[in-house]
Amino acid sequence: MEHPTHRARVEHEAHHEPTGFWRRYIFSQDHKVIALQYTITALLVGAVGMGFSWLLRLQLGFPGEFKFIQPENYLQFVTQHGMIMIVYLLTALLLGGFGNYLIPLMIGAWDMAFPFLNMLSYWTYLVSVILLFAAFFVAGGPTGAGWTLYPPQSVIEGASPGAGWGIRLMLISLAVFVAAATMGGLNYVTTVLQGRTRGMTLMRLPLSVWGIFVASVLALLAFPALFVGGVMLLLDSLAGTSFFVPTVNLFGRQLGHEGGNPILFQHLFWYFGHPEVYIVILPAMGLVSDIIANHARKPIFGYRAMIWAILAIGAISFVVWAHHMFVSGMNPYFSFWFAVSTLAVAIPSAIKTYNWLLTLWGGNLRFTTPMLFAIGFVSTFVAGGLTGLFLGNVVVNVHLTDTYFVVGHFHLVMGVSAILGIFAGLYHWFPKATGRLYNETLGKIHFWVTFIGTYLIFFPMYWLGFLGVPRRYFSFSAVESLPPSAQGLSAFITVVALIVGAAQLLFAFNLIWSALRGKKSDGNPWHATTLEWQTPTTPPPHGNWGPEEPAVYRWAYDYSVPGAPQDYIPQNVAEVPAATQKK
Amino acid sequence: MKLKAQFKRGISRALNGYGSDGSWGARGWGSDGSREFPMPATKLGLFAFLAAATVLFAMLTSAYLMQQAMSDWRPLPLPALLWLNTGLLLLSSAALEWARRSARRHLPRTSLWLLAAGVLAILFITGQLWAWQKLSAAGYFLATNPSSSFFYLLTAIHGLHVLGGLVAWGRTMTQMRQKTFAPQTQLSVELCALYWHFLLLVWLVMLLLFWLT
Amino acid sequence: MQGIALAIVLVGIVLGAVLVTLSGIWWLPPLASNWGSIDTMLIITLVVTGLAFIGVNVVLAYFVFRYRVKEGQTAIFLPDQPKLEKVLLYITSLGIIVLLAPGLFVYSRFISPPREAMVVEVVGQQWTWGYRYPGGDEQLGRADPRLIGPQNPFGLDLDDPASQDDILIAPGGQLHLPVGKPVLLEIRAKDVLHSFYVPQFRIKMDAVPGLVTKLWFTPTKTGTFEVLCAELCGIGHFNMKSAVVVEGPEEFERWLKEQPTVAQTLGPR
Repeated sequence: MEHPTHRARVEHEAHHEPTGFWRRYIFSQDHKVIALQYTITALLVGAVGMGFSWLLRLQLGFPGEFKFIQPENYLQFVTQHGMIMIVYLLTALLLGGFGNYLIPLMIGAWDMAFPFLNMLSYWTYLVSVILLFAAFFVAGGPTGAGWTLYPPQSVIEGASPGAGWGIRLMLISLAVFVAAATMGGLNYVTTVLQGRTRGMTLMRLPLSVWGIFVASVLALLAFPALFVGGVMLLLDSLAGTSFFVPTVNLFGRQLGHEGGNPILFQHLFWYFGHPEVYIVILPAMGLVSDIIANHARKPIFGYRAMIWAILAIGAISFVVWAHHMFVSGMNPYFSFWFAVSTLAVAIPSAIKTYNWLLTLWGGNLRFTTPMLFAIGFVSTFVAGGLTGLFLGNVVVNVHLTDTYFVVGHFHLVMGVSAILGIFAGLYHWFPKATGRLYNETLGKIHFWVTFIGTYLIFFPMYWLGFLGVPRRYFSFSAVESLPPSAQGLSAFITVVALIVGAAQLLFAFNLIWSALRGKKSDGNPWHATTLEWQTPTTPPPHGNWGPEEPAVYRWAYDYSVPGAPQDYIPQNVAEVPAATQKK
Repeated sequence: MKLKAQFKRGISRALNGYGSDGSWGARGWGSDGSREFPMPATKLGLFAFLAAATVLFAMLTSAYLMQQAMSDWRPLPLPALLWLNTGLLLLSSAALEWARRSARRHLPRTSLWLLAAGVLAILFITGQLWAWQKLSAAGYFLATNPSSSFFYLLTAIHGLHVLGGLVAWGRTMTQMRQKTFAPQTQLSVELCALYWHFLLLVWLVMLLLFWLT
Repeated sequence: MQGIALAIVLVGIVLGAVLVTLSGIWWLPPLASNWGSIDTMLIITLVVTGLAFIGVNVVLAYFVFRYRVKEGQTAIFLPDQPKLEKVLLYITSLGIIVLLAPGLFVYSRFISPPREAMVVEVVGQQWTWGYRYPGGDEQLGRADPRLIGPQNPFGLDLDDPASQDDILIAPGGQLHLPVGKPVLLEIRAKDVLHSFYVPQFRIKMDAVPGLVTKLWFTPTKTGTFEVLCAELCGIGHFNMKSAVVVEGPEEFERWLKEQPTVAQTLGPR
């Protein structure tokens, strides 16, 4: 019933396969091209974000040495670094990049369910990026109110840097980004549910698809809150409304606002902001699960438990938001609930960690670059995630919140981990996307510097947090109770950050050089089971599969099946050696 | 193929998905070979969108509820016109429901119902604009008080959603003229109806909120 | 080779983290309030999470070392092991309960100020702190941000009789407190968000314009302690400081008597 129509559509597609340069590479509706567009744009934007981190680290490590960094510049660097990395790099790269590339290939579809919407999503994202950078060219510069954009200071002119058009462009850019993410999210969700090929049941999907799928659902349900908060804040700034700004008196000047509630914005922001953390980490968890299973030559341990954990994390992520607000002045009794729900997230997260460990147990581990990054992910995820138990437990939070402890926590758990997961994924799928192999030696150097370096940067921040050093301080020199060694520690962090940043040039060079000159790769260099490695040609053509979609006969993790001729059985292989059909 | 034609096809795909020609109508396989989600991709896409829109309006209304509990909230005198507008939206939604039902049975009056629904929705938008005009004439502007700010914001966002629906409605009208009872036209009418009912529900909740506070 | 190196690095990270933390070079500043229970909770959390951190990384290092790729080694086929998973689930849940239950118990005390607590108002503004004592009637007079002016930095309602004997410490002054007596801070902000933070007291609470937030503690040591701002409030955020002077009860009373009341400074209307 299905096949004739499918074939008809493919022939139709092949017939109209775009030929011109513009429609092939620029205004393409092919999910793979869109994925590469998203990936390259996000990486470039991320490089700018990393540049800001260098600048702010220079100030923190060596205060007073760099005269061109004034307090307002410092705050602008901090704000733009945070916003760029979380929204415009990690979210865009993991959903727009990996989501786009992997979903149709992994589920055996020709393309996304709505290819045009997919293209529109990328171009909308690009507009949001342009608006983001446009803020650098307006009077006052970009906003320096922190990535949380808390009112009143973010919108009262004179209260924070860039409180005029800086913040307005930021908010407009975010609203446009929400539109892009929504278009993408609709596509990913619909494609995962409706685009799966014959035999690809939900319980046979690779965990990458599960992670991206649940993250897309979270994006659909969380981003509207950012949109609402952003539009209201924009009106406060532009039209003089008082959604979030109460009667305030700035330097003796009485402003015209009346009746607003600053805490309302924090609720809206974190209702988006907390699921956002999982929007970033769930896809990374998925990629890492698949990479670990592949390079350990072992089925992922506890596949069902992994899926339940992803779903549980996704569900709980919507009821924990106010743990960012324990000392915000909200009703203190709310905190009981938010502490309980927050610590509850630790349980599915721990299960995932155990399962990664148990996947390694008894494996045959190949330490390729993606595998090294994936193992690095597990370690930094634990190092960052465990400190969430300090911050979620409300009384301990009181001392540690808004200090460097928080900075160390979220960088390790969702910054470093997510980026290590992304590196693992980029190296792992590089041969599929380009048809060439990356340079393994450069990749390994990149790993060692990045992994050890990020630990050295962010772990010491926990100690600064114990001391009580508040975050977002231009300099600690005014804090008298700090031991002098704290400044030394800060200088050490800066030096390591510069080295780690420089090591990313190796990565960029490796990527570009290998894409052009790397050794040719065959279609399945990792001997992987999942469908994307079974395409008829590499890189896969427009339409992915040629005339016939693959049919799926097994789950995604038939590695080292006893009695099988090879140590992997691809999902589309029908004949089953005895006693191996697990799922 | 010309870029323009490609663009047009793209838009039709964006709105219809691959489900439009039936090829991607209902896939997503279950373990027993049956389909896990037996509905067209477009419909599923619309459901996903409605979920996002529900969160959007839920955030707006909860913000409204939180804010109106504050001490310096001054209630807004609701223009009586809103009741008329509500009636218009109600009729519009009902007309689309009739259109959906008659499209299923291939009745010729389908396009009439569809047309009526669109005209009523346009009247609703006009009525809303008129209500704004009345409010501002009475001295309640966007920035007067949180209560008026919220009123303008909520009605504006709801109105924009109705306008977006009218774009889809316009497309469905064209489809009606070209391929009156093709499965994809039926689907378009059905999805329009679904979206209209959603917007009606949202409006009723908002109205209740304005009225109670 | 890579496997052995990775195992060594992982163990090295664990050793470094544990040794530096135990050395106490960078640790909590000495406690000067009643909130020793917060420190206890922090240490319990540190022990539980520390054990998990060590455990996971050491097991990871061991697996990486033991199962690194070898000639003739094949991986075992082990998709799951429900019993093991269940045991791990229970152990984790138990750990969470051990952390949560006492934490919530301490928190319930944290938000229940004792009735005899002395009330002091704290007002944050860019980039300094001001304070107000209720005076003899032990009642703070009404205040309204709309009344703030050059003569009236706290926005006091001078028609309210309760405000006449209030004692104002103008922005830039210090907060004096008697040792051993519970204090309830009522925190306001004039312009943007701030956060009142004294690391030695282990307390922190945001100052929100349009709202009064509350925080209580008992200073247990005499001395001068730094007040920091812990919520980003603009370019002077890092320099928004004040001090709490904790002194003996008699010294405190003497100091308080020397301060003029509102009636003396602003005068009755």
